[in-house]
Formats: sequence, C-alpha cells, structure tokens
Amino acid sequence: MSTGTACRAPDKSNCVMEHSVMKITVANVEYVARLARLALSEAETDLFAGQMDAILGYVDKLNELDTADIRPTSHAVPMENAFREDAVASSIGVGKALANAPDRVDSFYRVPKVIE
Amino acid sequence: MDIFELTIHELSGKLNAGEVSSVEATRAMLARIGSVEPRVGSFITLTPESALAEAEAADRRIASGEAHVLTGIPLALKDIFLTEGIRTTCGSRILHNFVPPYSATSWERLRDSGCVLLGKLNQDEFAMGSSNESSAFGITRNPWDTTCIPGGSSGGSAAAIAARQATATLGTDTGGSIRQPASHCGCVGLKPTYGRVSRYGVIAYASSLDQVGPITRDVTDCAIMLGAIAGHDPKDSTSVRTPVPDYTAALTGDVRGLKIGLPKEYFIAGLDRDVQESMDRAIETYGRLGAEFVEISLPHTDYAVATYYLIATAEASSNLARYDGVRFGHRSGHAEGLIDMMTKSRSEGFGAEVKRRIMLGTYALSSGYYDAYYVKAQKVRTLIMGDFTRAFENVDVILTPVAPTPAFKIGEKVDDPLQMYLSDIFTIPVNLAGTCAMSVPAGFSASGLPIGLQLIGRPFGEETILRAGHAFEQATEWHARKAAI
Repeated sequence: MSTGTACRAPDKSNCVMEHSVMKITVANVEYVARLARLALSEAETDLFAGQMDAILGYVDKLNELDTADIRPTSHAVPMENAFREDAVASSIGVGKALANAPDRVDSFYRVPKVIE
Repeated sequence: MDIFELTIHELSGKLNAGEVSSVEATRAMLARIGSVEPRVGSFITLTPESALAEAEAADRRIASGEAHVLTGIPLALKDIFLTEGIRTTCGSRILHNFVPPYSATSWERLRDSGCVLLGKLNQDEFAMGSSNESSAFGITRNPWDTTCIPGGSSGGSAAAIAARQATATLGTDTGGSIRQPASHCGCVGLKPTYGRVSRYGVIAYASSLDQVGPITRDVTDCAIMLGAIAGHDPKDSTSVRTPVPDYTAALTGDVRGLKIGLPKEYFIAGLDRDVQESMDRAIETYGRLGAEFVEISLPHTDYAVATYYLIATAEASSNLARYDGVRFGHRSGHAEGLIDMMTKSRSEGFGAEVKRRIMLGTYALSSGYYDAYYVKAQKVRTLIMGDFTRAFENVDVILTPVAPTPAFKIGEKVDDPLQMYLSDIFTIPVNLAGTCAMSVPAGFSASGLPIGLQLIGRPFGEETILRAGHAFEQATEWHARKAAI
C-alpha cells in the first residue's frame, strides 16, 4: 500500500506528493471511464491518472481520523420524508417534454440501436 | 448618479416615486452591459427584448400601486437556473442548445415580484470551479483587475455586480461558489442554510450541498433578495417549512454583545498578509461596535476539503449521468450504437474539470471503494457538523476569511487542480455543515483587489449574519468603493 505524505505548507504552493506506488493506474482510469461513459484520449488518460492519483493521495488524510463509532451524514438538515397526496395533477405535456429531443418521432425519443 | 450605480433599495425608491421608470432603468443596464461586456464577459445570454417587455409590465404595476420592492428591478441569473423559453447552458457545451420547458422556483418568485431579467450569467461548467475558467463560453474577468479571475463558480454573477451590469444577481454555492466570487469582486454574497431556498429548477451539481443565494451590492439588497426567494417549495422535497422572517427587519445596526467566534484553525500562520490585515481591522471594527470575541476551535477543519472532494464528486457523478444525448442537449453525430452514442456525446460535451470530477466520484462510489471513500467522507462530515454545533453553543456568529488570498491571475492555477481545490478551504466546511454564511467587503489588497470577510451563522440564523454584516458595512467604507471599469 502506498502512503502519501500530506503537504503541510500553509499556502501549499510547493506541495509535492510522495508516493511509493501510484494508486491510480491507466487501467484504473480506463475502467472508471467506461463506468462513467467517458471516452478519454491517451493523453487525457495519462493526465487524469496523475491528477487523480494526487487528489486521492490527498484525501487519504481522512484515514487519520477514527470514525468507527460515527454515523455517516447524508443530509445536513434534519428532515423527514416529504409526502403529498397521491392525486393526479397536470403535467407539462409531451410537446414541451420532448421539445429538446435531438431526434424525436411522435412521442418517442429515437436512439441508435443497441449493438451487441 | 447613473441608474446603473443604484442598489435595489435606492432604485426601488426612485421607481415608486416616479423619478425613473423600469423601462429607463432596464435600458440603462443594457447600455451599461454593452459598454463593459467586451472587457468583463459576465454574460452567456442576453435577453433585451423580453427584458423591456417585463419592464413595461412592471411600470404598469408600479403605476397601479401594487408594486413589491423588487418590481421593475433589472437583474440577472447564473446560467444554472432554468428559465422557461430562454436557453440555459450551465456553462457547458453539452447544454449549448437547451431551452428549458419550465423555470426554477427561485426565478419564478422573483419574476412574480416583477423583476426584469437582463440575461444569464457565465459560470464554471456545471458549477465546478473556483475561477470561472472552465466555462465553455469563455472566461469572465475580474472588473477590479481584468488580468485576474472573478472567482467561481458564480463568477459572472459577482463580476456583473462589481461592473454594475445588473442591480442584483443570483448564484449558487456548493463549496463556496457564491461567497468566494463575492469576496474577490467586492460585493455581498450569501449562502443560505441548506433547505432555506428551493433547488427546484437549479441544475444539480451536488444535491446535499447545493444552495441558491443572492449576490448583491450591499447587505440590505441581500436581505431583500433572500426574503423574496426563501421558503418551502412543494416541488423541492429538501426545502424546509421553517417560516421566512422579514430579513430586512434584522438590519438594526446593533451588534452590542454579539458573540463572535474566531476559529483558530482559520487564522493560520502564512495567511496572505493583506487578508490578515483586513481581518485584524475587521476585528477592531467589531470591537468598537460592541461585539465580544471568543476564541473557538473547529478541530476537523483540515479534513473539510478532502471530505468535500469525495462527497461532491460522488454526488456529481450521479447527477451528471443524465447528460447522455438521449432526451436533450448535445448528441454526438459520430456514434455507432447506443452506448457509443452516450459515451461520445458526454465526451464531446463535457470539459476537462467536469470529466475529472465525474471520474473521481465514480471511482469513490465504485465497488470495493465505496466504504473507504464515500462512506468515510460522510462520517467525517458528521464530525465537521459537530464542530459547528458545539461552537454555536458559545457564540452567535463565526468570523473568518473567505479565501486565503485575493483573486489570483487568470491561468495561474488551471494546471494544478489540487491547488485550485485547496483554495476553497474556508468556505467548504459551511456547505458540509449545511449552515448559512455571508461574504461582505472588508478591505483591499495592496494592488487594489477586494478582500471579503465571512460571517457563519447557525442553521436558519440568516438574520444574525445579516445583522452582523450590515452593522460592519455601515461602519466601514469598503462597500462604497467601485471598480473603475
């Protein structure tokens, strides 16, 4: 496992991340890009690998904190489910809803077929 | 004084007294925009025809005696707010041709009050940025020094106020995107408590952090705008039913006995000298006004940026999955098959910063990493919230710098994303805690760049930070200084 050395300089202008091993490989980037439906060039893949490595190395500092007994917060403000009456109301209609469609046929969006 | 120099409350007075019409005011703003835009670049879309029609309607309403303080006021909106029938891009190529079929609630409330929409303002793409350099529609320049950034992501909103191209604007704030540009442009910017203002019709970046807020010329205007947009919205299930007070009534000018917390983690050695000096003078001013100071600690401050760049990017990766070329926005013309079409549409439509954050978020949520990154960050978020809850047991507001430095030069940080992210250190914790904060002008650097101070309030404590900010503003001259553009 690599360990990043967190930069402590106040303005961080000379921050240099030291790693014994790059966390993020080109294969990682390609995998994540596929999940995110992004096509990256070779140059972009290399650039992102380095930048993501630096950023993920930085966020490693969260492991300095013991959070074993802490509950995660998904919502900052105390709230309960916001329900409404299950009653039909007007909607914006097909015309408006499909007005921005790149390729529209009647009330359908037309897309390229799924190719196996 | 030129009409374009007036605040909301000044212009409203003149409109209601019949000294000037909304049509005249709107024409004056449009002329001002025309003369200044080539040097600033605040706008993506201008709407002069509809603006003048709205101004005519506002004049009729004022004449009939049914006017609101905002009737006839010309304003502009960050291009993240859906405006029915008016192109809305969120600063992205992927939405370059998107015309919304409905409007954001916050805009509808302002429009119902009789506001006039001058146009849509430039921003970092999908609200991801601190410098307005990632917009697909060009950069915006800081009106105080056009070689500098205006801040981001609501850079156009803040620049438009500093350049007096709109009487007031709305922005959004996820990690500081209202407060930081307000600070860099010498204007007032307020991020309300999460849930205070409806997010319906606001293009989502990070749904647990995003908030809508005003960027204005002074604190009174900020209170007026907040009052008009705040309040429960049935269309936003995260908006709260907490009643909306009269925020302008909070502007009493009295801060005697106000307990101001000074968090030691924010006043670090090595803070920019001009920022430190502005803060020292602000503390002296508040002391003269009768406030009391309490040194406090927000011990998890140092973990806030890391926490934010996991939570925000994870939420963004999910929110931006909708941009796939199927139903709206850019669709690639070069694709073979459905998945290829989605992949190419997204790759052609998104800029580098957006792609980077989607990648980070996708990674943090992916199988095998979800607990180590995303859940861990949410647990640290609980600790950060706890810091603020404890602090507010002993103080009424917390005073901090907004940014570690004044506005940096255009191009200075584009090649080092981590450096860019670290400059949000003072604003991010507030979004994670879900509470409210405001930036008010507090001084200038030696080179004439604005410096703001941040007032952080407890959840739904907007009245207290408005009161504290207004008292400071009235006791100082910073807000009266104008960019020479």
